[in-house]
Amino acid sequence: MRGLRVLERILSTIPIVFGVAVIVFCVMRFTPGDPIDVMMGREGHVSQEQIDALRREFGLDKPIHVQLYMFLSRAVRGDLGNSLTKHRPVSALIRERLPATVELALGALVFSLVLAIPIGVISAVRQYSFVDRASMAAAFFGISMPAFWLGIISIIVFSVRLGILPSYGRLPYGLEPARVTGLYVLDSVLTGNVSSLVAALRHLLLPSVTLGAPMAAIVARVMRSSMLEVLRQDYVMLARAKGLTEWAVITRHALVNALIPTVTVVGVQTGVLLGGNMIVETIFSWPGIGRLAVDAIFNRDYPLVQGVVMVYALTFVLANLAVDILYTYINPKINL
Amino acid sequence: MLMRVRTVARNLCGLLYLICRHPSALIGLVILVAYVVMALFAPVLAPYPPNTGSVRQSFLPPAWQEGGSPAHLLGTDHVGRDILSRIIYGARVSLWVGVLSVAISMVVGLVLGAISGYYRGIIDDVLSRFAELLMAFPFLLFAIGVMAILGPGFFNLIAALTFKSWVEFFRLVRGETISEKTKEYVEAARAQGQSNFRIVTGEILPNIIHSVVVLATLRVGYMIITEASLSFLGIGVQPGVPAWGSMVDDGRDYVRTAWWVSTMPGLALLLLVLAINLFGEGLRDILDPRLKVD
Amino acid sequence: MLRIHNLTTEFPTRRGAVRAVEEMSLSLQRGQIMGLVGESGCGKSVTLLSILRLVARPGRIISGSIHFEGRDILSMAPAEVRRIRGADIAMVFQDPLTTLNPVFRVGEQIRESLRVHRIGTGRTSRREERETVLSLMKEVGIPSPESRYWQYPHEFSGGMQQRALIAIALACRPKLLLADEPTTALDVTIQAQILELLSRINSERGTAILFVTHDLAVASEFCHWISVMYAGRIVEQGPVDEVIADPLHPYTEGLLRSIPRLVKPRRRLSPIPGDVPDLIGLTNRCSFESRCDRRMPECAERPVSLVDVGGGRHVRCILYE
Repeated sequence: MRGLRVLERILSTIPIVFGVAVIVFCVMRFTPGDPIDVMMGREGHVSQEQIDALRREFGLDKPIHVQLYMFLSRAVRGDLGNSLTKHRPVSALIRERLPATVELALGALVFSLVLAIPIGVISAVRQYSFVDRASMAAAFFGISMPAFWLGIISIIVFSVRLGILPSYGRLPYGLEPARVTGLYVLDSVLTGNVSSLVAALRHLLLPSVTLGAPMAAIVARVMRSSMLEVLRQDYVMLARAKGLTEWAVITRHALVNALIPTVTVVGVQTGVLLGGNMIVETIFSWPGIGRLAVDAIFNRDYPLVQGVVMVYALTFVLANLAVDILYTYINPKINL
Repeated sequence: MLMRVRTVARNLCGLLYLICRHPSALIGLVILVAYVVMALFAPVLAPYPPNTGSVRQSFLPPAWQEGGSPAHLLGTDHVGRDILSRIIYGARVSLWVGVLSVAISMVVGLVLGAISGYYRGIIDDVLSRFAELLMAFPFLLFAIGVMAILGPGFFNLIAALTFKSWVEFFRLVRGETISEKTKEYVEAARAQGQSNFRIVTGEILPNIIHSVVVLATLRVGYMIITEASLSFLGIGVQPGVPAWGSMVDDGRDYVRTAWWVSTMPGLALLLLVLAINLFGEGLRDILDPRLKVD
Repeated sequence: MLRIHNLTTEFPTRRGAVRAVEEMSLSLQRGQIMGLVGESGCGKSVTLLSILRLVARPGRIISGSIHFEGRDILSMAPAEVRRIRGADIAMVFQDPLTTLNPVFRVGEQIRESLRVHRIGTGRTSRREERETVLSLMKEVGIPSPESRYWQYPHEFSGGMQQRALIAIALACRPKLLLADEPTTALDVTIQAQILELLSRINSERGTAILFVTHDLAVASEFCHWISVMYAGRIVEQGPVDEVIADPLHPYTEGLLRSIPRLVKPRRRLSPIPGDVPDLIGLTNRCSFESRCDRRMPECAERPVSLVDVGGGRHVRCILYE
């Protein structure tokens, strides 16, 4: 029964992914200046024949719906065209950079959840205590804080002033662990390389905190309010009346229920994480797809922009899919 | 008509009274008003024009630091421009972009949401699907993409920000309209033979407008942050126009030697967004106790 | 077995402390059913929560004692109270829908109450526990317990949910069951079934029940003893038949007059005029005075206390002092 619902939900993402691809395609095609002009601008003087040849090569001489069909059928096969500036397949560029971004996003996610969930719970259990007031004030700052500025301030404080944490890159040159997954932290653990593990974690710290801070702030607030709501419920009273310890009442009976709204919020916030990712990667010179995208935007490298935007949107759709599926497992009442 | 105006005026006075009794909302409002004054009277208040400076005067630290001078309270940037003056002028971009993009999104979302929620049917299906599709793009990413194509500029910025954010209002208004539509007072209005237009604008709208106002206030802060992020990436307003995001970006290369260039405009931004959020959340406590806006 | 003496529970508010329960005294023998009757907000539920020391903050018990089998619950260490909760004294709540945890399977919720108190007394296997749960479910009248065990609360009907809650309460064979309006949220026919179940439990297991209700009619059918509460205080106490046949306190009389009768002779219902008084700043004078049809000038002047009028009956009214 539940399996069927999950399958249904998975299938329902297909039209969305399709729509996303169409929107990306349209936005890219209906903009002034076609990609060929951009390329020509770079190559200096070229003849009309060369231009026509290029147009044929990119399929720009075909009617728009044929172009759309070509774009989609290639995209399905993982072919997102060639970068105009790097002269390599977009998919290869993305694949190369993706692990860095995934590592950063996971770092931010882990940081924000590990920090925010306990804070939200403690703030609710000890409502109006000092801990509650202090962490809610911090969370309020967190939701009002521009990520790019937080990143720069943390560089000024931790790298420049205190000099205790690196401010750019993933690892010093030559310390890369043997590649297994491309995630340096994970690879260092898998290959038992302690020095690169330490270095990778130190490099990961500031960017993850910067990227995860807004999410941590929101999750802490939501967690607190849903926990407060749950603690008022009769089933919490019943759990106490059963003779459970307060710890068991909170961690077993209250927490699971309070996590239900939090999970939804985490799903929505993934979008903020992905958008912030471009900025954080720019600030910390993090070699992921966010920087790739920003560079591509400045170089008007349309196929690359198109490819990266597709990847982002796809990630967001998949993240929400994952959240919805997780949801069915913690909330038995839900019907997708 | 006159009675209408009077009622509205009385409601606004009542609201102002409630805000004054809500300390954090009041603090937010006061700071917000200060920023608006600052933006309006920038030429009078700013000690220097925003774009003049000489390289000989570059990287002067803030007045309280060693080597700083009272002539440049918050110091100067890499080309010797006065940071305080640029912050004061920068308030214009932030406030305009924030207010305009939210206002447009609100109007679009309100109209489409009311139509969608009231009439349902095919219009609702189409609009809802489209909204769902837009939701598949992270907001900042979408804005970056649109800006990348349109190029920098004030109106492009507004377009990029509104393009997706009307969906928030649309979803709120649509949902509220659907639930209000079934209530007795709407039935009563219909029984009286009121036109659909009158029912929506005269009966339903006044009952959902509170939530919409609260959402709008809270969105302004987010829009301002997004604008600053875009300017920070160099795809916001045109180069040369003083905007806080691009000022932070200007200072990025000099964080080792001149921390104030990036720090000060960011502080101005943080304070404004804090004020808006304080005000917005206070407004939510007052107007939307059922917490429909999250 | 249970002796409450002079219990007072307070809730601080902005306008001053509200005494939800004041100088409440009550005793209950093994195997008895005591009905605690009164209007909503008169402090019945708070009394039950006080017995298990579950009064939610900022409410607190400020004086009195609650002796259970000779030991004062109010002076126990928190861990000791926990050992009593669910084991010796169990509670059935008012609204079954909100009292079962929505995210856990019903059977597992029943099993949990078994587990809580089995930690010290040798490990039982999961299988054995399940067997016990299934027989409990059968005992409280849940049909096909094997499949019901794995269902979630929202898949149960209201009556079945209440049966499951009773099973949770019975899991550790408690000596005392605190029932907080267990039938109020249910349909009338289901109400009767649940009441029957409770009285069967009482006669078969000898479990004492402290039964809170606002429904005097229900109490009169089901209880052995009855205590009528008004504005946080007990106003009348006694064996159920005598109280019903010959109410002493004007409030009890009023309550009886406002019960509709289906059997003739029918007469006009006479509701008690007025509202429950504000519980803030109540003194120890009679709190029913303003609504009483037999009030005297004296009522407003001097304090009243619960008087023993013989035959196990107590009443708090100037008329009997």
